[in-house]
Amino acid sequence: MTTALAPSSADDPLAYRPVALVDLLDRVLATGVVISGDITLAIAEVDLVRISLRALVASVGALAPPEDAA
Amino acid sequence: MTSTAELAADRAAPAAGAWLHGVVRDADPAALAAIPGMDGAPVRTVSAAGLVAVVSTAPLDEYGEQPLRRNLEDLAWLERAARTHHAVVEALARQGPVVPARLATVHTDDSRVAESLAARRAELVATLDRLTGRGEWGVKGYLVPGAAAASAAAVGGGGVGTAYLRRRRAQLTAREEGQQAASAAAEAVHASLCELAVAGRRHAPQDRRLSGVATPMVLNGAYLLDLAALPAFTDLVRALSDRHPEIRLELTGPWPAYSFVAERPEPALTVREPW
Repeated sequence: MTTALAPSSADDPLAYRPVALVDLLDRVLATGVVISGDITLAIAEVDLVRISLRALVASVGALAPPEDAA
Repeated sequence: MTSTAELAADRAAPAAGAWLHGVVRDADPAALAAIPGMDGAPVRTVSAAGLVAVVSTAPLDEYGEQPLRRNLEDLAWLERAARTHHAVVEALARQGPVVPARLATVHTDDSRVAESLAARRAELVATLDRLTGRGEWGVKGYLVPGAAAASAAAVGGGGVGTAYLRRRRAQLTAREEGQQAASAAAEAVHASLCELAVAGRRHAPQDRRLSGVATPMVLNGAYLLDLAALPAFTDLVRALSDRHPEIRLELTGPWPAYSFVAERPEPALTVREPW
């Protein structure tokens, strides 16, 4: 379960990196076409996505305590 | 007497649904056979209305509504699902335009998928046309602490307590100014990138606990590009990076065009969103 990005390099903003989970979730949860199926009607609700993200933040937070703003 | 419950019970409950990965114009069966889906077996297709939906068999004891609610809150499950889904969408995107489905778009059976395709044919075809020859890139911008705070360093005079308060106030002001400068830079960068892109939008900044980056994110942009414009775009990102030392830019991509297939195209195509 890896969520941390590779160390960022200021000198090469164009370096390609493996897809970070957080970037992926931005896209697969918040966007993408919603084609309603029987189940989707229920699960595509924003609320559920929000819940899952909250849980996600909580579980990641438990692994790595939030750092203070520099 | 027939109640709704009895009618529902009469229908045989399918043991497996169809997890939708994306919609394409057509798919090469040989290529699909090499792409593992949610259950580990190769993905398959549902064709209708001249379109092809690429789906995984999704056993409803794991992907049904209640199990999904639970599973989506399980980080390990969510990561595996997101990565598997993305791998399928990415493989499709390498072959041609794809309208990616949002994570966890599950239909109870294939006929429902076919109905969706037929019902939304015009919109899906228009989206596929719009995405042809294009790809999505992400540009994230992080605040660079201290880049705009140099002026706060030299403050003198007064007693020890006064000096402390003054210094503290100066630090707070500097931090505020730094954040404002970074936000303004993010606006400027986004506007510049949008000029070169077919469309651009800003996602909400990522939570630092998720991103693992210590400094605040001020830009989480997604840009739809003509593939031919990519070299110019990467040059522009580099130039903007030099021009705005108060933020650090990171390019991600290419992505399947996740950010540009929203149900209502207007918001996704909005150049500047409130968040």
